[in-house]
Amino acid sequence: MTTASVQDVWTWLADVPDPEIPAISLVDLGVIRDVKWQGDVLEVTVTPTYSGCPATSIINFEIEAALRARGIENLSLKRQIAPPWTTDWMTDTGKAKLERYGIAPPQAAGGPKRCPLCQSHQVEKISQFGSTPCKAQWRCTNCLEPFDYFKCI
Amino acid sequence: MSVAGLIRMGDNTLVLGQRLSEWCGHAPALEEDIALANMALDLIGQTQLWLGLAAEREGAGRTADTLAYHRDAWDFRNLLLVEQPNRDFGVTMMRQFLFDTWHLDALTALTEHDDAEIAAIAQKSVKEATYHRERSSDTVIALGDGTEESHTRMQAALDRLWPYVGEMFSTDTDDLIDMSGLRPAFYAYTDTVFAEATLTRPNTDFAHLGGKTGARHTEHLGHMLATMQVLPRNYPDATW
Repeated sequence: MTTASVQDVWTWLADVPDPEIPAISLVDLGVIRDVKWQGDVLEVTVTPTYSGCPATSIINFEIEAALRARGIENLSLKRQIAPPWTTDWMTDTGKAKLERYGIAPPQAAGGPKRCPLCQSHQVEKISQFGSTPCKAQWRCTNCLEPFDYFKCI
Repeated sequence: MSVAGLIRMGDNTLVLGQRLSEWCGHAPALEEDIALANMALDLIGQTQLWLGLAAEREGAGRTADTLAYHRDAWDFRNLLLVEQPNRDFGVTMMRQFLFDTWHLDALTALTEHDDAEIAAIAQKSVKEATYHRERSSDTVIALGDGTEESHTRMQAALDRLWPYVGEMFSTDTDDLIDMSGLRPAFYAYTDTVFAEATLTRPNTDFAHLGGKTGARHTEHLGHMLATMQVLPRNYPDATW
């Protein structure tokens, strides 16, 4: 029977990679909304990014696997849709990791600030949608490489 | 009663999501293919929320899946607009534009709903719908004000689909909000886009009705459901 502190649990979850974008963790992504003990049950509140994102069920599976591996036996995952997830909840560390990985992080202006590969500001939109619900396709007109942009919502 | 209103919302997103997914692997360009599949995914995700809540409120042991897969055409409560076949890309995008415009306004109004669970689903969906309308507006403008061929097709699409617009603003006590109140904003927004797209709104308010009441669906719905439901009906124990 483990009685880990809430802070420990947050630290462990910060090591669980997002299944679609493994460069960032679930905590970086901002989908973990709360961690608390309800008696001897650990309750983790998770919010989906997009309502139909297929990664949602994998995310729950990964959280459960990671916490069970740390000895948490009584675990309850709570889904919360309000307030809805926003890219404002993504951590600054997460945004920096995304850019290093080659994905332009979300910007309030609605488009990427610069090409994540060559840092040029000469970029243009290819399509509003990309390989996952959370991304759009852009292109750099300087280095000519296409890249993913994490949509700002 | 809110269950009927929830089913209407969920059936709209379910039927349109299924229609859009029919394009997967067939769209005119890779980017469009991905975009249509992504919008289908958003709509199916919203369906799980609406029909999930409907099933829970109904309390008869059904789930979002049983509502989606084990009802027949006459029990569906979606708008006639969303069950219309895809036809060409122009018809698909015009259908999307007309739906997105109504959908975004309806969801925005629902974010203020007294029922907290309904408001929560609307708040989640409104972000996705905002993005959808932005894209379908851009596409209608690009194709309407495009080549002679694309313009002709977009005008034909508008003429074909316009008689299905009126049903979005027909309303009764089953609806979660008074849908008739959304008409002025719909006309204002679509007129701006049509002007930029050099398209002419048909000068008639004639409306086909019967989808959201279930009284008279078009023949297209049954064919679509046959494809969508065949697997879970033939193999009830099938799981992913």
